[in-house]
Amino acid sequence: MNGIVGASGLILDELLLWEKGGKGRRGMSMVAAEVPEAPIAPELCGEGPDFPDLSEIDVVRHYTRLSQWNFGVDSGMYPLGSCTMKYNPKLNDRLAATPEIACVHPMLDDASCQGVLRIMFELQQFLAAITGLDAVSLQPAAGAQGELAGMLIFAAWFQSRGERRTKILIPDTAHGTNPASAALCGFTPVPLKSGADGRLAVETVAAAMDGETAGIMLTNPNTLGIFESNIRAIADVVHSGGGLVYGDGANMNAVMGIADAGKCGIDVMHLNLHKTFSTPHGGGGPGAGPVCVVRVLEPFLPGPRVVQDDGGYRLAAGGPESIGRLHAFHGNFSVLVRAWAYIRSMGPENLRQASRLAVLNANYLKERLKGTLHLPYDQPSLHECVFSDLLQHGAGVTTLDIAKRLIDYGYHPPTIYFPLVVPGAIMIEPTETECRDDLDQFVAALKAVVQEARDNPELLRQAPVRTKVRRLDETRAARHPCLRG
Amino acid sequence: MKDLSELDFPETVRYTEDHEWAAVDGEVVRIGVSDYAQDQLGDIVYVEMPEIGDIFEKGDEFGTLESVKAVSEIYMPVGGEVVAVNEVLVDTPELINQDPYGAWIVEIRATDVGEYDELMSAEDYIEMLRG
Amino acid sequence: MRYLPHTPEEIREMLAAIGRSDLDDLFISIPADCRCDGVIAVPAALTEWQLSDLMRDIAATMTVRPDHCVLVGAGRYHHHIPEIVRSLAGRSEFLTSYTPYQPEMAQGTLQGIFEYQTLTARLLGLDVANASLYDGASALAEGLLMGLRIVKRSRRVAVSTAVHPHYREVVRSYLRPTGYEIIDLPFGADGRTDLSLLQGIDGLAAVALQSPNFFGVVEDLARAADPVHDAGALLVTAFTEPLAYGLYRNPGQDGADIACGEGQSLGLPVSFGGAALGMFACRGEFVRSMPGRLVGETVDCEGRRGYVLTLSTREQHIRREKATSNICSNQGLCALTTAIYMAALGGGGLRQLARQNYDRSEYLKAGLVGAGAELVFGGPTFNEFVLRFGDDFAPVRQRLQERGIVAGIELGASYPQLADCWLFCVTEKAMKRDLDTVISEVRP
Repeated sequence: MNGIVGASGLILDELLLWEKGGKGRRGMSMVAAEVPEAPIAPELCGEGPDFPDLSEIDVVRHYTRLSQWNFGVDSGMYPLGSCTMKYNPKLNDRLAATPEIACVHPMLDDASCQGVLRIMFELQQFLAAITGLDAVSLQPAAGAQGELAGMLIFAAWFQSRGERRTKILIPDTAHGTNPASAALCGFTPVPLKSGADGRLAVETVAAAMDGETAGIMLTNPNTLGIFESNIRAIADVVHSGGGLVYGDGANMNAVMGIADAGKCGIDVMHLNLHKTFSTPHGGGGPGAGPVCVVRVLEPFLPGPRVVQDDGGYRLAAGGPESIGRLHAFHGNFSVLVRAWAYIRSMGPENLRQASRLAVLNANYLKERLKGTLHLPYDQPSLHECVFSDLLQHGAGVTTLDIAKRLIDYGYHPPTIYFPLVVPGAIMIEPTETECRDDLDQFVAALKAVVQEARDNPELLRQAPVRTKVRRLDETRAARHPCLRG
Repeated sequence: MKDLSELDFPETVRYTEDHEWAAVDGEVVRIGVSDYAQDQLGDIVYVEMPEIGDIFEKGDEFGTLESVKAVSEIYMPVGGEVVAVNEVLVDTPELINQDPYGAWIVEIRATDVGEYDELMSAEDYIEMLRG
Repeated sequence: MRYLPHTPEEIREMLAAIGRSDLDDLFISIPADCRCDGVIAVPAALTEWQLSDLMRDIAATMTVRPDHCVLVGAGRYHHHIPEIVRSLAGRSEFLTSYTPYQPEMAQGTLQGIFEYQTLTARLLGLDVANASLYDGASALAEGLLMGLRIVKRSRRVAVSTAVHPHYREVVRSYLRPTGYEIIDLPFGADGRTDLSLLQGIDGLAAVALQSPNFFGVVEDLARAADPVHDAGALLVTAFTEPLAYGLYRNPGQDGADIACGEGQSLGLPVSFGGAALGMFACRGEFVRSMPGRLVGETVDCEGRRGYVLTLSTREQHIRREKATSNICSNQGLCALTTAIYMAALGGGGLRQLARQNYDRSEYLKAGLVGAGAELVFGGPTFNEFVLRFGDDFAPVRQRLQERGIVAGIELGASYPQLADCWLFCVTEKAMKRDLDTVISEVRP
């Protein structure tokens, strides 16, 4: 199909929940009262919440309509840089909902839980193998919590050695969670400038590294999609200064079976299972952010973790050096099951091939879009590429306008205005699950938008026009917050 | 964002490198942000202000301005004790965009009014902005 | 592999287009000494059918089956989940979308979360709720950190020892590196927290109570609010079973400043403890100190109602190290799921369901006490309670498990003083005949 897929369809409007329904309706069956009513202290009783009462069909239509205002990976290409919006296999959703698995209570004894413990144990092993690191905790519920785990491990490590280190080095290409996670652990972030080639230079790190510096947080490949090829030397500098190296594994999808984090000199790394390992993003979560470490840091991992011995699988609590729990139970278990299923479906060859094709797709897009959009760092890049709106400035059109117009063409826009080192950034990550035809159509759409920017820039400034709502007044939302009905 | 020539820099106030302005009346100094600052930040949605009685030194951060997607700290041009905050900005922060020199943020009683004299004139400030 | 669409011919053509000879050529920027040796050590690929069979085999090893009557709560609760909740929350437009960064193509997620915030705020009796945090435990940790931000020059928080022990562990993990002090508050014979220690603690930011608490006992929050506020601190209330507020007074009514806890009970499967969600609400004046994302209502350029992420300047992507939290996501789909559940249940349904839980729980409690068990705490409870048995209960429990009933958990691991005490939970899923079986098995 060569037509524009962003054509408007049958979009039905829908009220808010409490603008519908009628008192006394019910959308859920109620078990019969089998036992007598028990007395209750009246002073403790409340009124119950003021919820709308809806019938089952009211609820079904409400949420069906809402869903139709959303765009997901299943709807179309979602080239959101650094987010790895790859296809989320349907099979894995069903496996995670297996009744015997979904009904397991986390406070039961290990003997009752052998199946789920096996899945967790195997996933720990798989993630260690994929990263080249030695030990894994599956507990962190998201990438940012994985980072927090990593920084807590840094803090606990230095505390165990009687050292007080207060600073942490973070390159200017980093995601905002890096400094925020470090600050939660009492570290002061020290920003490092990346070089003209988009890489961090060894000398920059050496100049900043001192006895008060706990280490460095690096994303590799970085948010420009460029592999930090000096990483070994950087790690050596940090290690010889007594520091530790944190690898933000958000971009692991570029290097599965290709780069080995352990060999790169990384001591601690989190993975985003909702990116690299294909678990659905759910409109913002749940994700999962397992944290992987080298052997010497294993005692610091959050507990409990799953171990295997003669008696089968069991949960082993964290030892005295553990940073402790980060989740009431075992993190987002249903997400872990999906990631386990993905790895079992793919096997070693396909995991590696996924990274190779993700990089092929990104490089193909970069090549085809060069000249259409400004490419500030023309370097060998991996799974994503970062353009900017520099060539469109003359037309008075911004990155935001280009993004909004892409919506009218039926695409989710790329990540915009990030990384901060590129003004007006347009960060494209196609992932491996887009085929060449889809990439070609995306290129054609983006070129058409850029042509429109020259011919009729107002089309971009007014976009999108085919969506349920058009550009929303974010200033009004922030000035006069209305956060509930 | 506008060109410098479209922005207003009255000579009746003095300026800092961080884009605050200050106007002196006796030992009371009224403080706001320049037309350049509000233009850079865009639509201001929230102003975080100190409390009356808070004491700051010259250069201390005393509040923040927020737009939808940015936060900017504001710093004391001169040291002193806060004697008034502009409560009108709580509900109408957009006044800073509309009239940056009318929409003052705080008034302080200066510890040393001499610090005011060290601030930039409009001419120096424009020169700094031109870089 | 069915997830990888490229044909060999397409790969060749694409490589030619970018001037590379083969796929490995794409990775020249990775130095040799950073490369993997050989293939990744994971098992060979399975077909869809092989993987389904493997999962069936794994499921078969699970000894507690879906048809078991599980009388265990302690932070996760077995409730009936209507089919529509699974079916609607599983719609792929919700499931496969990202954070709603482009609001024009994410109004479904955004209105859904706005409704979730509204229902949550109403349930908890507070002005504003966020779009959710990871789970109840991290929500409590974030609530206490928020208290430390709001109450100037504070360095301490007090946490009841009747708060879920795992929650207290998470709080310790979050607060340890910054050196904030955590003061343990003891509980009394009625199972409620003893607040008499509060007097004379300086620099106190917040007091955390859970209600119903870990022992199922409903705290007297209304009476706790004054001494907490008199100490200059915020009242932070935690919960693991929000269904209780269908029957009991909600935290906001009783003077809570921040309420935070676990939402799993409202339509999510137990699923070995995750994924679920941290519900988080506070008084309106504290909204700018709140962690996590928020959805707000606004209008589009043609005046139509719409929703956006708002007050983002609190968050890490803008304020970086000065953010109110490092959290970057929410438990989006879980929050949507609980909203669907709350919508299906309605106000009347929630009250009726809460009553069902209470009545069944009281039935088992009275039956077991009648059969000779001792009620350990005298305070009022919702759907959980703690018992001590004259004889060793473990063999009785083993017999019950063989009959498909999991009867409570022992508390000694978390509370040495409560060794041989058992925490029971009874929800609407427990049938009277199962409760009668437990009672008759205990009766001497």
